[in-house]
Formats: sequence, structure tokens, C-alpha cells
Amino acid sequence: MYAQMIKSEATQDDPEKLAAFQARIDAGDKIEPKDWMPAGYRKTLIRQIGQHAHSEIVGQLPEGNWITRAPTLERKAILLAKVQDEAGHGLYLYCAAETLGVSRDKLTEMLLDGRMKYSSIFSYPTLTWADMGAVGWLVDGAAIMNQVPLQRTSYGPYARSMVRICKEESFHQRQGFDIMMKMANGTEAQKRMAQDALNRFWYPSLMMFGPSDAESVHSEQSMRWRIKMNGNDELRQKFVDQTVPQAEYLGLTIPDETLAWNEEKGGYDFAQPDWSEFFDVLKGNGPCSVERIEARQKAWDDGAWVREARLAHAAKKQAAKVAAE
Amino acid sequence: MSVAGLIRMGDNTLVLGQRLSEWCGHAPALEEDIALANMALDLIGQTQLWLGLAASREEAGRDADALAYHRDAWDFRNLLLVEQPNRDFGVTMMRQFLFDCWHFEVLQALAAHPDAEVSAIAQKSVKEVTYHRERSSDTVIALGDGTEESRGRMQGALDRLWPYVGEMFSTDDDDLTDMTALRPAFDAYAETVFAQATLTRPDSDFAHMGGKTGARHSEHLGHMLATMQVLPRSYPDATW
Ligand SMILES: [Fe+2]
Ligand SMILES: [Fe+2]
Ligand SMILES: [Fe+2]
Repeated sequence: MYAQMIKSEATQDDPEKLAAFQARIDAGDKIEPKDWMPAGYRKTLIRQIGQHAHSEIVGQLPEGNWITRAPTLERKAILLAKVQDEAGHGLYLYCAAETLGVSRDKLTEMLLDGRMKYSSIFSYPTLTWADMGAVGWLVDGAAIMNQVPLQRTSYGPYARSMVRICKEESFHQRQGFDIMMKMANGTEAQKRMAQDALNRFWYPSLMMFGPSDAESVHSEQSMRWRIKMNGNDELRQKFVDQTVPQAEYLGLTIPDETLAWNEEKGGYDFAQPDWSEFFDVLKGNGPCSVERIEARQKAWDDGAWVREARLAHAAKKQAAKVAAE
Repeated sequence: MSVAGLIRMGDNTLVLGQRLSEWCGHAPALEEDIALANMALDLIGQTQLWLGLAASREEAGRDADALAYHRDAWDFRNLLLVEQPNRDFGVTMMRQFLFDCWHFEVLQALAAHPDAEVSAIAQKSVKEVTYHRERSSDTVIALGDGTEESRGRMQGALDRLWPYVGEMFSTDDDDLTDMTALRPAFDAYAETVFAQATLTRPDSDFAHMGGKTGARHSEHLGHMLATMQVLPRSYPDATW
């Protein structure tokens, strides 16, 4: 997902307070910024919301790659609006993280020096226009799977930001599917681009849900805190079951020869992605990992004088106002 | 009513919208990223209106996309100012400010144009551009007045772009309104912003010409079009 492999913090607070906190969560209460919360809950949430925010921002880059080459004025406008939405998502999420006591600048610093991660999916390149379809259809599609339940997560500001984000994500997914339809029903070259995009994005999309629950040591605590709502395998299965018929409708082939309907479980059997590739990507060895962080670092460095100037101007205005009073 | 004048309006918004969209994901702060994308979106939307009207008036079986994607640089009629590269954020915002100040005056004039379709587009656009001008003015003031470094960058940007201002106010029969008449309002407004920004208006009013007539564009436009038009040119049979 946009937040993968989030390490859950053990917590060493007063057992009575902990029990009362857990009781609130079990009763479906929302935890708000001023409420008492276990240190581990706070730390885990910062990690999760921060990684989600970083994913939105880094996620601008693979799609931004095609804005200047969008093939019609309308497609250009739709893609610009989409990438702008993703920046907005980043903004809401950084604000949600700030309610937990960590600044946007601090989180950015941790992204740039590698202490914090972003979703593995955005370390893959976008090579043809069909990738704009595949990203919306598959990547936003996978994100929705996990973000819809997060609208009911226990932390109030996070839950509320998810409500806004989910509305836009489903719109993104429809737009992506619309591009895929045009491509899959287009010329031979367009069909080839569509199939190639599916071939390249299928397994990385499956990786978005994270490794199998059996190997995810941190899931349990996060589930109890209701900051993780579903198991990774469960969501992955749901995604495959939803996506296979859509691929058939498009006339595209999922690049998995073992894919088969399993009547007994009422879902598809499918091949797992190459998890060693996933761990390589997380370590910074994705095909575009270096470029993505380099681009964010450059934006940060090149923008320093602008951010400083805005602060300096605001301070001068404030001082002039005080002097006038 | 001149199709060439409509194409001038649409080419300006198209070329500047394309330039601004290059920033997406790379701006100095998230708020700036969103604001730049917003302006780019408005300009692309205005392009669809201007070039759409131009295409329907010329009755040559083309549409707005055909005009945007299937003309070469010598048929573009945008101002030299808007095809100038983004360079740093200071140059981008100074270019935006100078354009917005001109654009605002033109659209105000065109809002009263006798051609109903022209005035409708102008009335819709001027609402957006009023906001663009407000925001670019605020930015020029903040960055001009900010730090020593930022003032240096903004003065440098103004000096560099000033030779492209004159073309905006040159005029001929193809224009939808007399551009020379707009200069005093432009100067008066720009002057108040420069004063607050602690910037000095350059002495020389030397002006590069050739964009809006198509006689001589800069080297930059060809590269921009090569990027922008690559898909429709490479796959002429495709629909997207
Ligand atoms: Fe998003
Ligand atoms: Fe997203
Ligand atoms: Fe999205």
C-alpha cells in the first residue's frame, strides 16, 4: 500500500491508561490530537501517515513525467488535475501528521536522508502513455482498496483526511480505466502499449499490499489500534478479484499463467510477485529509486531561497504592523 | 473578426500553460506546486476555448487539438515572453507577473468585444486571470522584498525578461483589440508592484519582436513543441 511494512512500536505506558485507551478504540471512539495516547501509537501513526504523505508527493513524479506529452488538450488537463490532487493529498496528510507533533520539514528531511520510505510502486518508470492509464487503473485502484477502510481508522485527523482523499482516488481510477479503454481499443501500437503497461505494472501493483500477513510481524498491534484495518493478503485477493474481469473486458492478458478461478474459495488463484524484488526496491534499488529522491532533493534545495524569502517577507510585514500599532 | 487574433490568444495560453506544467512535482513547496498546476489548468482550459473558436471560425475541418498539435513553430503566434524557459522559480514568477498584467488588461478590453463569443471567453477568463495577477503580484512582492538573495534573483529576472514586454503592446490588424492602448494601465499597475517589491524597472525599453507575427520565434519554442506534440505526430491514426 502507500504505507508498507510499517513497524509497530511496542509501548510501555501505564497499563491502566492503556486499557482505557484500548477500550475507547474498541468502542469505535475517534482519538483526537489533544487526547492521551500511548507513545507507540503516536510513533507508529507518524511513520504510517508520513510514509503515506511521501508516497503522494513522490507519486507525482511518474505521472508528471507525461503531462508535457499528453496527447490532447483534454488529457493534459485531466492529468494535470490528477497530479495536482495528489499534491493536495500529500498536503492533507502532512497536516494530519503535524497534529501528532512532527513538522512537514522534519518529515521531508527524513524522506530525503532515507530514514523514511515511500511506496515501492513509485520507484517504477512510466514509459508510454498507456502507463497513465495503468497507474490510474491499477495503482489508484490498489490504493483505494486500503484507503476506503482507513476512513474508519481510530485517529480522527487521519480518518477525515482519508474521506476527502478517497473521493478523488475513485475519480482517478475511473480516468485511468478510461485511458486504458481508448488504448486497448485503439490502433495496433496503442494495444501494444496497453498490454506492455499491464505487463510491467501488474506485479508491482500486487506488491503495494505488502508481504504476506504470515511474515508481517507488526500487523497485529496496528490492527488492535485500528490503524491497520485489513490483512495484506485479504486486500490483495480483493484487488485481484476486482481487476481480472476488468482486464478481460479490456481484452488484455494478465501476465500470470497460473491465474485461475477457484470455485471453492470464490476468488482467483494467482502467482505471488517476486518478493526479493520488493525488498530490493525498499532498500533503494528500484529502477527509479535514485532519480525519485534526486528529484525531490533538487526541488527542496532549489526552493530553499523561495521559502526563506517568504518567511523573511512575512516577518517584515509583521514587524511593520506592530510598529504601526 | 480575425481568426489570427484568436490564434494569438490561444497560443499564448497554450505555450505558457505548457511551460507551467513542467513544474509539476518540482516546485519549492507543496503550496506553490498546487498553485502552478492551478494556473496551468486555467490556461489550458482557456486554450481549448480560444483555439476551439478559431477552428470553428476558420472552417478548415480542424479542431483545437489539431491547431495545438499539428502546427509547426512558424505557425505559432504566441508572444516571445511565454516561450522563454522556466529557469528558476524567480524567472517563472516574473514571467507570470508580466504576462498576467498584460493578460488582465487584454481580457478586460475583450470582455466588451462586439463579437459575443469573444466577449464570453474573455469574461470567463478574466475571473481566473484576476486571481493569477493577484497571486503573481504577491509573489513578486514577497520575493523582491524577502532576502538579499531573493531580491537579487528577482531583479535579475526582471532585467532578463523586460526586453520581452514591448512585444505585448505592439499591435496590427490581426489583434482583437488595440494593444498599444493597454500600455499605460500596465505600466501604472506594474510600477506599484515593483515599488513594494523594492525592484527597479529597467531603463531600456528595447523590445524583441517576432513571436506574435511568427516572423522569428526563439530557439526554445521548437523544443517545447517537439515534446508536446510527440504522440499525435508519431501516431497520426490514433485517437486518445
Ligand atoms: Fe492520492
Ligand atoms: Fe495516489
Ligand atoms: Fe490518486
